Amino acid sequence: VDLRTSAEDAKFAALLRAWLSNAVEEHGPPPRKDDWSQRRGYDTGWQRKLFEAGYGGIAWPREYGGRGASPVQQLIYYEEIARAHAPHLGVNFVGLQHAGPTLFLEGTPEQKARHLPRILSGDDVWCSGFSEPSAGSDLASLKTRAAKDGDEYVVTGQKIWCSYAHVADYCQLLVRTDPNVPKHEGLTSLILPMKLAGVEPRSLRTIEGDSEFCEVFLNEVRVPTSNRIGKENDGWRIANVTLRFERGTSFAGWIYELEELLKELARIAQRVTRRGARASDDVALRRELGELEAEVRALWALVKLSVCQAAETGVPSLGSSAIKLAYSELYQRITDVALRLLGRAVLGRSDLAGFPNEALFTKTMHSLSLTISAGSSQIQRNIISERILGLPKEAR
Amino acid sequence: MDFRIGEEEEALRRAVRAFSERCCPVERLKQLERSPRVDRDLWSGLAELGIFDLEALGLGASEAVLVFAELGRALMPGPIVWTHLAAGLVDGARDGRVVVQGVDRENDGPIIAEHLESTEVLLSIGRDGVRRHDPRALEARPIEAPLDPLTPAHEIAALASGELIAGPEDALRLRTTGEALVAAQLFGISEATLELAVSYAKMREQFGRPIGSFQAIKHIAADMFVRQELARAAVYAAGATLDDSSADARGAVSSALIIAAKAADKNARACLQIHGGMGYTWEMPVHYFLKRTWALRTMFGALEDHAESLFVTLEQTSAR
Repeated sequence: VDLRTSAEDAKFAALLRAWLSNAVEEHGPPPRKDDWSQRRGYDTGWQRKLFEAGYGGIAWPREYGGRGASPVQQLIYYEEIARAHAPHLGVNFVGLQHAGPTLFLEGTPEQKARHLPRILSGDDVWCSGFSEPSAGSDLASLKTRAAKDGDEYVVTGQKIWCSYAHVADYCQLLVRTDPNVPKHEGLTSLILPMKLAGVEPRSLRTIEGDSEFCEVFLNEVRVPTSNRIGKENDGWRIANVTLRFERGTSFAGWIYELEELLKELARIAQRVTRRGARASDDVALRRELGELEAEVRALWALVKLSVCQAAETGVPSLGSSAIKLAYSELYQRITDVALRLLGRAVLGRSDLAGFPNEALFTKTMHSLSLTISAGSSQIQRNIISERILGLPKEAR
Repeated sequence: MDFRIGEEEEALRRAVRAFSERCCPVERLKQLERSPRVDRDLWSGLAELGIFDLEALGLGASEAVLVFAELGRALMPGPIVWTHLAAGLVDGARDGRVVVQGVDRENDGPIIAEHLESTEVLLSIGRDGVRRHDPRALEARPIEAPLDPLTPAHEIAALASGELIAGPEDALRLRTTGEALVAAQLFGISEATLELAVSYAKMREQFGRPIGSFQAIKHIAADMFVRQELARAAVYAAGATLDDSSADARGAVSSALIIAAKAADKNARACLQIHGGMGYTWEMPVHYFLKRTWALRTMFGALEDHAESLFVTLEQTSAR
């Protein structure tokens, strides 16, 4: 066990930090959350800048245009990005962290050549089509049907919680190809071009007030069989590869942001007065923030541990469920402190009396989605108890 | 930076595990319960393993936390932390000839020393440095009913001034390393209680099936796993940070102590809960873990003070 930064890694960090200090300012502030005419361009423009500077796919293999950086440099990257308050992945999220990694593990040479460079350069936006209105936690019960017709699948059904579907070029779709076998054994993973006839995304308004989420209606959409990822009826395994990425290292960047958020709360506490004294002098608040700081540090250490282990296998371990569970619940506890700290100023969703309400509310609302998305906390607990601890399956 | 456990580290960990399972199984603990003195055979065995002299093996805090996690898991009795810390300060500590205990003079409340009956040298740390005391010369009264059946203790009426043997920097080093070793033992307890709970939940049947198949039990176990993993990571990080001479390890150590103490306490309580009525009996070893946790976590100041110091650091680094 050694935590010291090597000279090479220190150099990588210094170069990245220097580059970010210019690039972030140059890219400007993000457009309003509901301004979709600007948001795709803002997010993909940032990805192109990263790509051109050699930071487009930090942990992606070199052969697919990535940097092939070590797990340590990947973590340094997340730290520096968070510290510089760089734009979020935004619409690039699914392509870079779900579809891309799934393709370079499971895709055909043609699929890789066609899609991976365009994801990295910010040319293509991806969304994911896993959940359905009646298939949430019980994802494998999904009904969207893909019937083979020559060299095409004819796909009909409905997907939900598809982030950025209304601005996406492709969707990583999970469909049922065989309805006559046990539910996990009849699923297939497809690359769905969103421009095909019969694909109709509709926005959903979330409690954040924006419309990142979509439903996608699929009506006799004809998808070439060459768009299949992996073998027919092997979709459940492939979906789990994707989900492990979603639950695993992709959270690393967000966890570093928790540290930044705690610092923000420490600053706010110095400005808030409670019964004539500064909130930052309140012993209970000091301890609460101190304990949260201990948890953020522990979680960051666990991410490091997990990333170093994943370096050996190339796929995040099942332990990523523990990280996801801890991170999402910790995030909610921290944003709860933020809300209480605001006092009466909490009544404004926009910045008020010098408090950064807009940013705090965005984080608070977002935190509520984290214990639900990518497998709810309850599903994570099932995974941990059954697949890691080996407790017997319950009757389902 | 490499956070994985290396081959040599893993071999050391296994050696301590094997020793603990051979020499300190639960049945042995039950016998030791009635003994107010450290078992000298066990102590010589620990010394032979090298745990009081890791430095001579070229090992640092990174390895020490692995060793102490194993000792914590096994509920190894005796003043293992202070005898380990005394290497280099007290002759004979390294090879197990001299049993060393210590007290933290910064602690409020009564002065309590565990295992004083067997202690040959008593150290104390405070702002002025490290002092050495002769335990025979102290006015001390054995505590009639110790909380942890495996941790007999004395209340010391007054700590005579003793001999100043090292300065404030050494005292701070001892304290920080000691805290990390306590955190490591607490992590070990969180691991042991999870294993115990899981094996019981697989075996115990109610309503015609193992209770471990019910989500109500499973989700308790899953939360125990999360706490164990956070404690593991925090403890490894504390060890590695202590070995990095360019880093200030106090924040990493405070974090490890808070997280590991919480993991041990909550996991031991959950373990008891999953065992149901059986967990409430003296017969089952569950209570040993809980009581050891409550004793260990007080060794170096209140956890609240560690939270306070983490806040102070946060406040300082947040200024812009």
